[in-house]
Amino acid sequence: MRKEEICTVRSPYRQDMVIQGYHFGKGEPTACILGSVRGNEMQQMYICSQLVRALKELEANGCINAGKEIMVVPVVNGMGMNVGRRFFGVEDMDINRMFPGKEDGDTTDRIAAEIFEKIREYTYGIQLTSFYMTGEFVPHVRMMETGFQNTSLANLFGLPYVVVRKPSPLDTKTLNYNWQNEMTAAFSVYTNKNDTIDEKSARQAVAAVLRFLTRMGAIRYESHSGYISHIILEEDLIDVHVLKGGIFKGLVEPGEDVRYGYLLAEIIDPYEGYVKETITAPTDGIVFFAHTEPLISEGNIAYRLIHRLHE
Amino acid sequence: MMEEVFSIELPVGERLTIRKNRIAGKVPSQKRFVIVTGVHGDEFEGQYICYEIARRLMEHLDSLAGIVDIYPALNPLGLDIAERNIPRLDMDLNRMFPGREDGTTMERAAAAIIRDIAGADMCLDVHASDIFVKELPQVRVSEEFADQLLPYAKLLNTDMVWMNASATVHESTLAHSMNMLGVPTLVVEMGVGTRIDIGYGNQVIEGIFNLMKEIGIWQGEVGRIQYPVISTDGEVEFIRSEAVGVFLPAIAHNHYVKKGDKLGEIVSPLEGKILDEITAGKSGLVFTLREYPFVRKGSLLARILTGIDEK
Repeated sequence: MRKEEICTVRSPYRQDMVIQGYHFGKGEPTACILGSVRGNEMQQMYICSQLVRALKELEANGCINAGKEIMVVPVVNGMGMNVGRRFFGVEDMDINRMFPGKEDGDTTDRIAAEIFEKIREYTYGIQLTSFYMTGEFVPHVRMMETGFQNTSLANLFGLPYVVVRKPSPLDTKTLNYNWQNEMTAAFSVYTNKNDTIDEKSARQAVAAVLRFLTRMGAIRYESHSGYISHIILEEDLIDVHVLKGGIFKGLVEPGEDVRYGYLLAEIIDPYEGYVKETITAPTDGIVFFAHTEPLISEGNIAYRLIHRLHE
Repeated sequence: MMEEVFSIELPVGERLTIRKNRIAGKVPSQKRFVIVTGVHGDEFEGQYICYEIARRLMEHLDSLAGIVDIYPALNPLGLDIAERNIPRLDMDLNRMFPGREDGTTMERAAAAIIRDIAGADMCLDVHASDIFVKELPQVRVSEEFADQLLPYAKLLNTDMVWMNASATVHESTLAHSMNMLGVPTLVVEMGVGTRIDIGYGNQVIEGIFNLMKEIGIWQGEVGRIQYPVISTDGEVEFIRSEAVGVFLPAIAHNHYVKKGDKLGEIVSPLEGKILDEITAGKSGLVFTLREYPFVRKGSLLARILTGIDEK
């Protein structure tokens, strides 16, 4: 294992924020795995730390294939993590919406540019990340439909689902989008948690990344073959909205199988405690995304369901 | 007449309501002019402009031919706590347009705003700067719509019109969405975040009446109007910090400087040392100057408009 300082951000009041890359093997830049770019992505950081641990062991056992080099960057926004801020610095900027960055731009532009310069050459790019909607997902691999996306490769992670998202203008500054534009096969891996650590799904993500690296010929690692992924277009997910605001009492979790009319959640009046609204499944399906915060506003998305076509 | 543009129930005993004031003139006309502001919760310059425009119009309805719609607070929750982004969601509303009618709460809000403005003859989106830099009154126009917008931008009594400027004119902004829908939309920027500069406000207000006169909505008096400098990105010199510390400006905002003139210093409060002396790389007008003292590498210190002579 070789450590590299990818980027150093100085502050007059704190220690430098050093973004560390951990290299395994020698040869062509094969796969880069990036962890928490946002200060609340604890699960993502944890998964990467476990990948570093696993790859270190694999390297010691001679299981990194010849001519293949892998880099893991567990944490980008360490400063944000230490002060409980999702975004970076006093400007509160989302580094994951600054790519490809500008080397003569603002602070976060420069951070993004320095990182991107170090990771753009990799054949495969894997980002452990979080979504702009707060809630929990079924573990899945997400790709942008840029024209360069390759869903067959995404299947090789062996996670239950691969989701293809049509990029909106909001997405064009993300790492995934820009990686793909640079011809890196880019994948975003989502587990169920962000700001807390879930051991079970973290293990699933570590196994998925190691499985993918094995199948791409980067490492030798004995693993379960995983799922045959189901490919979903994001636009085909069925959004279940709430009609009233209040306390959100979710009754189902991501991955659960629900039937038409099944009770999914209740909206409780925050003053008098009565049920203001019951949310039922509009179709047979599987819960792909679940709102998890205790409060919800009118019109928000409580669940996203995968419509079930067959028994 | 006060109208609701969008309203949803928040979780705890409150509704989020975006309102507009529709002021109808006594001179019959189908024309409609729109002023929006408060998309960023830390920008208050537009509040004075909305107040003063509404006040004057109400006093002179016999000079108004058509309708003026005033939307003073597109991000009311943000304004209430002076938070730039949408509270809780922590997303920039001006990166969410055109929104989605069936999306999350704020995607719906964005879609409702677009739907409500659509069909207007012209729209003006008033911004202050953020809390970091102070700006001279300026209109920002993207190159894509420059031919159409420049003749109107020149009428607004600002110090400059900046073609193809910054993020303000990006694809996911309100201005871009409205321009795509055929509503000529101009972005005005001035002052600094969380403050109101009444002098700048009055300057732009005269420009707004001038613009309304030109498009046939206002038939009353208009004060003296200045002709702005039209600049492109090539004529704007960005000065960014290469040190980390506290910036102490040596010049005033809206000040002409010669190449080599001292603009300020970056100092270390701990060491009592000057870390960097900032000088002008080119001669011109300092139209942007840093207000927020703490700087990192890449922080914007000043912008100089080059290629113009001192008045």
